[in-house]
Amino acid sequence: MSQLTANLKDCAAVAFVALLLFGPFLGLQLGDNNAGNLTLSTRPELLAIAVGLTFAARFLLLLWHERRSRRKPNMRVAAAVAKSGKFVGPVLLVAVVLMPIIPGVENSYIDLGVLIMTYVMLGWGLNIVVGLAGLLDLGYVAFYAVGAYSYALLSQNFGLGFWECLPLCGILAAAWGIFLGFPVLRLRGDYLAIVTLAFGEIIRLVITNWVALTGGPNGIDSIPHPSFFGLTFDMAGGPGTFAGFFNVTPTPGQRTTYLYYIILALALLTNWVTLRLRRQPLGRAWEALREDEIACRSLGINLRNTKLTAFAIGAMFGGFAGCFFATRESFISPDSFTFIESATVLAIVVLGGAGSQLGIVLAAMVMIGVPELLQSLQIYRMLIFGIALVVIMVVRPRGFISTRTPTVSLGKAKIIGADMISEGRG
Amino acid sequence: MAYALQQLINGITLGMIYGLIAVGYTMVYGIIGMINFAHGDVFMVGAFIGIIVLTALTGFTSVPLGLLAALILSAALCGLYGFSIERVAYRPLRGSFRLAPLISAIGMSILLENYVQTSQGALERAVPNLIPGGITLMNENGFIVQLTWMQMAIVVVTLVVLGIFTYIVTKTPLGRAMRAVEQDAKMAALLGIDTNRTISYTFIIGSALAGVAGVMFLLYYGVIDFYIGFNAGIKAFTAAVLGGIGSLPGAVLGGLLIGLIEAFWSGYATVAYKDVAVYSILAIVLMFMPTGLLGRNEVEKV
Repeated sequence: MSQLTANLKDCAAVAFVALLLFGPFLGLQLGDNNAGNLTLSTRPELLAIAVGLTFAARFLLLLWHERRSRRKPNMRVAAAVAKSGKFVGPVLLVAVVLMPIIPGVENSYIDLGVLIMTYVMLGWGLNIVVGLAGLLDLGYVAFYAVGAYSYALLSQNFGLGFWECLPLCGILAAAWGIFLGFPVLRLRGDYLAIVTLAFGEIIRLVITNWVALTGGPNGIDSIPHPSFFGLTFDMAGGPGTFAGFFNVTPTPGQRTTYLYYIILALALLTNWVTLRLRRQPLGRAWEALREDEIACRSLGINLRNTKLTAFAIGAMFGGFAGCFFATRESFISPDSFTFIESATVLAIVVLGGAGSQLGIVLAAMVMIGVPELLQSLQIYRMLIFGIALVVIMVVRPRGFISTRTPTVSLGKAKIIGADMISEGRG
Repeated sequence: MAYALQQLINGITLGMIYGLIAVGYTMVYGIIGMINFAHGDVFMVGAFIGIIVLTALTGFTSVPLGLLAALILSAALCGLYGFSIERVAYRPLRGSFRLAPLISAIGMSILLENYVQTSQGALERAVPNLIPGGITLMNENGFIVQLTWMQMAIVVVTLVVLGIFTYIVTKTPLGRAMRAVEQDAKMAALLGIDTNRTISYTFIIGSALAGVAGVMFLLYYGVIDFYIGFNAGIKAFTAAVLGGIGSLPGAVLGGLLIGLIEAFWSGYATVAYKDVAVYSILAIVLMFMPTGLLGRNEVEKV
């Protein structure tokens, strides 16, 4: 019984703090009167609800903590989850490949799939930099922007199509990765984080202000969609279009499905390259760099080349994704490349359990899919997104998939907890 | 000459505000080694508390009393916000994966922005200039260099707040505990310092400074919205890194430098690229001094 009173006291204290915190924001509301002066109105009901909810949430949390402290964490469950990853991956892949051709699947779901896969690809790309090489990059969106604007400008000024531009976008983004990577070679940890963030902002600000080239805040519109071996996805359906050539009725779904398979292929390419690189000297050098920079240097690994290749390859995939984004949306503006995008992609990587390919897929589904399905909540969407980030991190600081199979091992490879893996001080 | 003097005055005023926010970043970084991404948004919350208090008190008290109330209430409530944020989002993650608190902080930042946006609206809110007038320092061919009372007030309040803060850090037992935890948290705990409480105080003090900065920003610009925290936060963090993160005088120095760069760049080059100038100078400084201007060079032991 004394436990209950202690809990209630604790909850009351928390509710009091909540009253003070929420008081000015939920209890009062700023407004304008006709004369243009500021006014305040009160809304005690809302404040009361918020404080009551906090009280209840705290009470449940305390109960849950008591329960949990009695239970011991089970490593076997973790290992089983990790093992099932072997099946989940292929099953998911088959489902993803078949999804658009299953009859009855609405176009909007395919479109959502395209969006999620774009973020999966970005997550896998950033994972090379953050998860493998351990370099904290807060400005990944810069390369996404470089890719998108490269395609938009090349197609507008030189009339190049998507397939010609795709490799160019990758090369340009990789070049930017190297260019931005050079100055930060000596920086470590949070210094690196802030400079990459600054580069992301610089690129966005230049795009916004260089109106003559990029159209400034108005962006660039009517960027061409990709063609299927020269056949366009025109709704008119004449000769030279996809529908006309194959003699079917043109539907918007055909283009979405085509885009879906393009991004699926691009994402799988990213995954394949990452998995292959991890087994090669370069990938091992990245992981060594993440674990211990000094030991790495002592063993004669060229830090400069290792870091720059990580930036360049990560940036290249960002550039591909950007190119795809531009062709899909057919309109781009600097608003699409804000810090919040970098943060979202980084959150996907960390929530997935930095370094886990499958975890990133799950995290992207949760982080991108759920807010899209919550579209009806409109303004509360980002609020929920923020709360979710905090809650998921507090509950699972190591991400969804927190076990790893080591890349290299002596004897039999055993699954280990992710806490054995260094976070990388970059 | 006159124009340069005017930019100098504007730059110092702005730099003082950035310096105040930067102190909060650098303290938290020094003591637990994490980037408190939500700090810029605590600053924004402070500005909003300021505007709410000023609106509530309109017509009841004189202007100086109202401003004082706004400053104190904003500092107190922001301190409470800082305390709660640390308890909810950072403490459970202490000692775990290094990226986890960073993501949690980014989540907190998004949460605070949208909390203010949904509760107070996305509109810009404006207050009239509460301390009008000033003194004319120079009149060169019709170009008048003015030091407004507002700028004087901002500089004086900042100096007073920083003075109190320096006193706390250097002279009180709390300050000694804070410095001890910063140097070596485990050893400090062994010597009987309550590290959790010390970290809480660090957050409270840093956030209170951000709250004061928020009210000052509100007075200086007269217009705020829910998004000001992002830009100011990034710049203040830039200031902290520029000065050498972990160094308190460095934070103020960095803030002043950022303010001056911004003012002079806007005055002599293009306003549109002022943030690009700030970030570029940050990158250039760090290229040659990887630990900032006043940062300690960490010797790594293997």
